[in-house]
Amino acid sequence: MTELLFRAIFEENLALSFFLGICTFLAVSKRVETAAGLGLAVIVVQTITVPLNNLIQTQLLSEGAWGWVGLPEVDLGFLKLVTFIGVIAASVQVLEMTLDRFAPLLYRALGIFLPLITVNCAILGGSLFMVERRYDFAEAVVYGFGSGVGWALAIVTFAAIRERLRYSDMPAGLQGLGSAFLVTGLMSLGVSALAGAGGP
Amino acid sequence: MATFLDRLTRPLIDENPVTLQILGICSALAVTTTLATALTMAAALTVVLCLSGLFISLIRRHIPHSVRLIVQITIIASLVIVIDGLLRAYAFEMSRRLSVFVGLIVTNCLVLGRAESFAMKNPVLPTLADAFGNGLGYSLVLIVVGTLRELLGAGTLLGRPVVATVAEGGWFEPLALMQRAPAAFFILGLLVWAIRALRRSQAEAPDYRLEAAEEER
Repeated sequence: MTELLFRAIFEENLALSFFLGICTFLAVSKRVETAAGLGLAVIVVQTITVPLNNLIQTQLLSEGAWGWVGLPEVDLGFLKLVTFIGVIAASVQVLEMTLDRFAPLLYRALGIFLPLITVNCAILGGSLFMVERRYDFAEAVVYGFGSGVGWALAIVTFAAIRERLRYSDMPAGLQGLGSAFLVTGLMSLGVSALAGAGGP
Repeated sequence: MATFLDRLTRPLIDENPVTLQILGICSALAVTTTLATALTMAAALTVVLCLSGLFISLIRRHIPHSVRLIVQITIIASLVIVIDGLLRAYAFEMSRRLSVFVGLIVTNCLVLGRAESFAMKNPVLPTLADAFGNGLGYSLVLIVVGTLRELLGAGTLLGRPVVATVAEGGWFEPLALMQRAPAAFFILGLLVWAIRALRRSQAEAPDYRLEAAEEER
C-alpha cells in the first residue's frame, strides 16, 4: 500500500508523467495561493470520486454485476464514461453545497475552483486508470488520495517556480507558455528519477 | 466563402488550439510516443469535434441555458463511447496502446471549449468549418511532435525503420528520453518558441523587464 501511495504521488504523477489536467495546470499556476487552493480541491474530489466510481464499477457496471437479480449476461461497461463523468459532476455539486453550508470559509477559498474540476481530466483519468489497473476498493482509496496529492504537489511547486521566473529576462517567444512547458519538462524529469521510491 | 476558408485555415498556425489557446494539451502530449498513435488520436478527436459541433449547433436553440454544459458533455460522451467501441472492435491493439486517452476526449477542453464558444452561437456550416479547422490544427501539432519523438526515439516512422540504429549495425543511437514524458514537454515548448519567433504577435509580454534589456531595444 505504501508502495502504491508513493507510486501514485511521484513515479506515476498524473500531471508530470501522464499529462492529465495540464490545461488547468498551466492556466491556474500564476500564484502559489490559488495553485494551493486548486490543489486542495483536487485532493478532496479525487479522494471521493475514485473510490465512489470503484464501487459503481464493481457493483453496477462490470460484467455479471447484475447476476443477483437473475441477469448474469448484462454488461453495462459501455456506460462507464457517461456514468463516471456524471458521478464526478454530481459529487462536485454536492461537495460545493456541503461546504457552503458547513464550512463557508473553505467554500470561499475553493469556491471558484470546484466547477473547474468537473472538466479536469486528472479526475476522470484517475477513475479510468483505477478501472484499467483493476484496483480493489482499498487500493482505490489509496490511489485516489495519492494521485490527488501528487497533482497538488506538482501545481504548487510549478507555481512557486513560475512566480520567480517572472523576473527573468528570456527571449520574447519563450515568455509565458514556452518557458512553462520547458520548466514542466524539467520537473517531469525530476519525478521520473524518483521511480521506485517507497518500495522495499 | 472567404470567411469559410478563413475559419478553416486560421486554427492551423495563427490561432492554433494547442500552442496559442492552450486547449487539449493533455492528450496532445500523452499519445505522441509514436506517429501511429498520434494519427489515430488526431483522427478520433477531429471526428468527435466535428460531430459534436454538428449536433450542438443543430439543437442550440432548444438547449436551456442553465443546463447547457450537461447537454454538451452528454453529447460528447456519447460520441466518444461510439468511437471507443469502434476502435476496440476494429483496431484492438491500437485501442490498448491509447489506453485511457480516447475516453479522456470527454473532458478534452478543446472539444468543450469549441462547443461552448462557437457551436452554441453559430449555424451548422460555419460550425463544421470551425470544428474541422481546429481538428486540423490539433492534428498538425500531434503529427509534428509524434514524428519527432518516434524518429529520434526509435529511428522509425509508423513502425518502419528510417535510419539504421546501432543495434542493427547502423550509426544512429536511439534517444530513450524521447519515449519518456519529459521529452514531450520539451518538444512542445520548443515548438511554441519556434512559432512565436516567427509570429511575433503571439508572444506574451513579460511582467517585468530588465533596465539593461530596455535600453537595448
